[in-house]
Parts: sequence; structure tokens; C-alpha cells
Amino acid sequence: MNLLGYLRQFFDDPSYRSGYDGIWTRMLEHCEYSLIALVIAAAIALPLSILSGHSGRGDGAISIVAVIGRAMPSLGLLVLLAVELQISLTVTMIPLVLLGIPPILLYTHAGIRAVDPAAVDAARGLGMTPWQTIRQVEIPAALPLILAGLRGAAVQIVATATLAAVVSFGGLGRYIIDGLYQFDYKQVVGGAVLVALLSLATLLVFWILDRLLVSPGLRAR
Amino acid sequence: MSRKTFLRFAAPAAAVLAATALAGCGSTSSSGTSPLAGSAATGSVVVGSDNFAESILLADVYGQALAAKGIKVSYKLDIGSREVTYNLVKSGAITLKPEYNGALLSYLDSSAAQTSTSEVDSAITAHLASGLEILTPSSAQDNDTLTLSKQEAATYGLSKGATISDFITKLDGKPIVIGGSPEFQTRTEGLVGLEQDYGLKASQITYKSLDAGGPLTEKALTSGDVQAGDLFTTDPTISQGGLLTLVDNKNIFGVQDVLPLVKQSALSSTGVAALNAVDAQLTSDVLLKLDTEVQVQKEDPLTVANAWLKSVGLSS
Amino acid sequence: MIAASVFDLPSYVQSSFLGLIVTQLEVSLGATLAGLVISLPIGQLCSRLPKFYPPVLGLVTVIYSIPSIALFVLLIDITGETETTVFIPLTLYTLAILVPGVVDGIRSVPPNVLDAANGMGYGRVRRYLTVELPIALPTLMAAVRVAAVSSLSLMSIGATIGNYGGFGDLFILGLRVFDSKLIWLGLISLLVLSVLCDLLLRWVQRLLTPWARTLRSVG
Repeated sequence: MNLLGYLRQFFDDPSYRSGYDGIWTRMLEHCEYSLIALVIAAAIALPLSILSGHSGRGDGAISIVAVIGRAMPSLGLLVLLAVELQISLTVTMIPLVLLGIPPILLYTHAGIRAVDPAAVDAARGLGMTPWQTIRQVEIPAALPLILAGLRGAAVQIVATATLAAVVSFGGLGRYIIDGLYQFDYKQVVGGAVLVALLSLATLLVFWILDRLLVSPGLRAR
Repeated sequence: MSRKTFLRFAAPAAAVLAATALAGCGSTSSSGTSPLAGSAATGSVVVGSDNFAESILLADVYGQALAAKGIKVSYKLDIGSREVTYNLVKSGAITLKPEYNGALLSYLDSSAAQTSTSEVDSAITAHLASGLEILTPSSAQDNDTLTLSKQEAATYGLSKGATISDFITKLDGKPIVIGGSPEFQTRTEGLVGLEQDYGLKASQITYKSLDAGGPLTEKALTSGDVQAGDLFTTDPTISQGGLLTLVDNKNIFGVQDVLPLVKQSALSSTGVAALNAVDAQLTSDVLLKLDTEVQVQKEDPLTVANAWLKSVGLSS
Repeated sequence: MIAASVFDLPSYVQSSFLGLIVTQLEVSLGATLAGLVISLPIGQLCSRLPKFYPPVLGLVTVIYSIPSIALFVLLIDITGETETTVFIPLTLYTLAILVPGVVDGIRSVPPNVLDAANGMGYGRVRRYLTVELPIALPTLMAAVRVAAVSSLSLMSIGATIGNYGGFGDLFILGLRVFDSKLIWLGLISLLVLSVLCDLLLRWVQRLLTPWARTLRSVG
């Protein structure tokens, strides 16, 4: 039986139509975990990196954070916190947020740093306050990179949220883990394909955001 | 960014999806076997175990008993649930694993009644895949249970001796959070039995996939994160945590004698004799004692297994 | 005595601490190497024919965004629950880092240097091997370092389909028996290994770029 066959069996199975194990429920859980983590990660990382990029300082610290973020195994962090602290949704959200911070930090810092100094100078010449410069010049100019950072964080978070199932929580990873334990490959395939589609959808959302928000002047590339 | 850039993502995305669909053509699963089934091992006896502490301990006990008779053994422990390991024995990827006759029968034939050991054993033998056999059972038993958290028992005023039926009647249609292994949801000695035999409604249940009677389920019950859970009868946490194990009046958790499941071709008569000798000595009390050493005193199961075998003269 | 017991793994891990290090390095660094071998020709193609670069980049980015556990389990159908099932996706993930690394590296070669080589009569291959690659090396090695560290950490998720996660096995086992010591051991070992690999690769880079040493001592 090939993958499409397993997928068809998965969608045909009534136990995944509704209830706590329904496809829609699991999909919503996954999106919920991911969205909340992304918002919190952005709330922490964006202000920090906008300021560091604006002031031009913190290059070293940001690279260190980037390396740690890359080397840190997501499964290890999840499991460690579950065992050391407790198995709760709040604790499980911590690794999701922590792993979303480095991409946002790195790209936003780099983006703001790379803004044409002449534009910033012109803004100062026009009498703009630093805050106005940031808001009206630097952020819009750095937007493509800021969005790239957010996209990277979103992808990382969706992937880590899949592992929340290892410590008993929901989301699409639940199908993969339960399927492996119940020797039910169609469930495994269902979960894996759905989460892959969700990742693609995340890429699509950021493509749309990029088209909507980035100034056309920056598009001539 | 332009339509060009959209295509640069869309085309590859479509390619990946198409590749995934085509990938099915190269499937390893031949007629009927799941890709999760593994492939046959050769050479020594491969001792496997399920993914909970007692299974690992029993695998060590059986394996070391064989090793003491000069049989070559290798181990593959903490694999997964019976749903996985049974199929691994079938395919020959592992050739020996400790089993519980009632649960094995439920897996092979979920409608079979479980009243006595001999009845269960002959039913199993009738249903086993060819090439597999079960050996003489020990008298040691370890069953699944439906155990209530302290709070839940207090809420409904239940105490020792209360049955599952009592609890479900008192629950009276209200929702309940149950915790256990992922496979508990699809087993007769699990949610299926609770729904079919005890009349618990699927709509009342919210399930938390934790582990097979292990630390995750223990913690969830003692902290009240779940109201009821599946712990094993030999679990020391039940008495330590003031949890209440409900009496299984409709017998969905059945008879659960410990016994080895083997691939016939892999085990010689010396090996069979060695395993039967182990089962002759293995009682529920012995099992509880060994479990406590591993789970409470945190000793290494291999050390515990060797020490016990030596103490009963089954190894030197 | 204390030091000995930290690295003594429980009997049911079925591998010694050293064994885990070996498996971890074999699979992760092996995948990085395989990724490099695939990326070099692809990157060369993309820098020669720029039209190919956007779709190729898009493809590896899309693959990279798919959660690793999903790729591992989908591959079970083809390669079973084995080490190969972890190896192939790890290799694919490195492409997202290495293909841009190769392309950026090649693009970093100044055009006048290429002209000089052409002027000296170098053939395509000789020019690629003796002029372009060496100059591209720093950028390329930076990408290899990122890919190696990334592979080391991603491999741990292989533990969810059996004991093919290297130190990741300790994470799953630590959860099963609720022993945080095992998890700490796995985590710290993995992080230390990542640092050591990074340093090793920097040393390799120095070896391969002897002129850079001269530049450093002069400048």
C-alpha cells in the first residue's frame, strides 16, 4: 500500500472526524500552540533586536544566541523541562518560545543594521526622533528580513509543536506518536502529511504577508 | 517580490507533494504487512521488551536465564507496545519477549472471554501466528487497572472495594479525564472495554496519552492532572500516593499471567526448559519485590535480574 | 568513581556512552558530508545558470520547513525503521544550508581573479578546483559548520522512531523512566560535541587555506 492509500484510509476513518482526536481539533491545537509561541517569541525578540540593530551594538551577543539556538536539540529541551519541572502546557510552551527567538533576533538585527545609513541620516535631518526613525524608516526598510526571521521562527515552532505529543499534549504530532505506539501506520502518515501541509501553509502565509506589507520600492530586486 | 517568487515556492512545494505520492511506489510493505513491522534477525536469540519498566525487567530475567545455559542472547529493549512488538516477533526481528496471557489474547481476539489460565492459554495458541508459541505461564500476575486519583475518589466517596461500575454510576454522565498509554484507547482492556462492557460513553472521555503504567501516568494521577488512569497492579505508587484501584467487576482486565512468547525456530529445548524453570519460580510476590527494586530503589534491571536468578539457583 | 558512574549508562540503553558518540558522529557528520557532495555540483550549476537558483533554493527551503519527525516517519515506508531513515532526511536538510553556501562562496570569487586564471590558460575544471573553490572556502566552510551543528541536533529526533537518535535516545529513555540525569547527560554531551565539531571544522578550514594564515600574520 502506498502513502496515498494510507492517507485515504486515515481520512476515511470516522474516529478522526470529531471528538478529542478529530483532525480539526488536532489541527486547531497545533495552530494554537504555534501562534501563541510565535507571538510571545516576537514580543520578546523584536523590541530587543530592533533596538540592538538601531544602536549598532550587540553583534557578538546575537551571534552567540544564534549558535545556541541552532545547536539546542528541541526534543531534549522539551523532555528536560517536562521531567525537571512538570508536565504542563505552560512548561511545554517554553521550548517553543525559546527556539523561536534566535531566528527573529538574528534577522531583525541584521535587517535594521543593513538599512541605508543615508536614509537614517536624512530622517535625522528632517528632525525625526529616534523612535520615529525606527518606526517610519528603519522598520519598513528592514521588513523583508524581519518577515524572513518571523517565518524562520514560525517554521521552527510548528516543528517543535509536533514534538509536544511526546510529552502527552495534542496537536498533529499526536497522530504520529499514537500511530507509532498503536502500530497504526495510516495514523502516522495522516499526522506527518498534515503537519507537512501546515508547514507549507505557514510559508504561504508569510509569502502573502511579504506581498502585502513590504513597500513596492523594496521589491526591485 | 513577484509571481516569479511565488512560483519559486509553489513549484517546489508541488514537486515535494508529487514526490511523496510517487514515493509510495517504492514501498517496502508487501501484502498486508505494515512498514512498522521490521525484518527478520539471524543468529542468536533476540530478546525484546515492551516500553515499560516491568517488561524490561522480565526480558532481562528471561534473557539472562538463557545466557546462563550458554545460549547466545542479544537484547532490544524498550521498543514499544505489544501492537508493535508482537509484529516484530512475527517477522522474526525479535525472537523472545515476556507477555501477559490475558492481554495477548485480547490483542489476538478482542471478543474472547477470559475466565481461567488454561482457557486463555489454549485460546491464545489457537490464534497465534504460525511459528510462534507461548511457554508455560508463571503464577505471577500483573494487570492493567482503572485507578482513581485521591481527589476523584474523595469527590465520589469511594474507598477500597469500590467497583468500576460503582464509579461509572456515580459519575452519571459527567465528563472525565483518563490517562494511560496511547494504545489503551483501542484495547478491550482499555477504553473499548470501558465503553462496551461498562457503558462509559465516548463523549464523556477526554484522553491523555501518557505512558504504559509508567512515571508519566503515576505523576498525572498523584497530582490530579487526570482523574483516572491505567496503572499496573504491581505499581508501588498506588499505595504510596493514596490512589484507589477500582475493582474490575466485569473482568475487562482479565487474567494476566506472565509468560514468554517465542519464535519456535529460535529456541532449542534447553532454552525452553530454562524459561519454564524461571516461570516455575516466578510468583506475584517475587515480581512485586523485583519491581520495587527497579522502580523505587532505582537499581539497574539487569543487575536485579542476575541477582535473583542466582539466588534461586538458575544461574551461577 | 563519580566520573565513571556518570558515563555508565543503564543496561537497557544497549549502547555504551562511547557507542552513542560514534553513532551520533557517524550519522550527523556523514549526512553533512553527503549533503556537501550533493551541494557542490548543484551549487556550481546554480551559479553558472542563475535561472536555476531560485527554484532550487525554493525546493530546499520547502524541504527544510517540513518537521523532521514527519520526514522520518514517512520514510519508514521505504527504508523501514533503520538508521537510513534518519540519514536521508538529515542529508536533505543540510542542502538548505549548503547549496546557498556553495553558491555564495562561488559568487564571492572576484571576477578579475577568474579573468586572470582564464588568461593563464586554466581549463574549466582546473580553474574550479584550484582557484574558485579555495577562494570560496571560507564562505563554504562557514556553511558546513552550520550544517554540521544543525545535523547533530536534528538527529536526536530520530530517537522517536527507535534508537537511531544518538544522544536523542537518552532523551526518550530519560522521559520513559523519568530520570533527568539521563536527559542532562544527553543534552550536555550533544552540546559539547557540537562545540568540538565546530572547532574541528575551523581547524580544517585553517589547514585548507594556508594563505589566510599569512594574511593574518601580515595584517
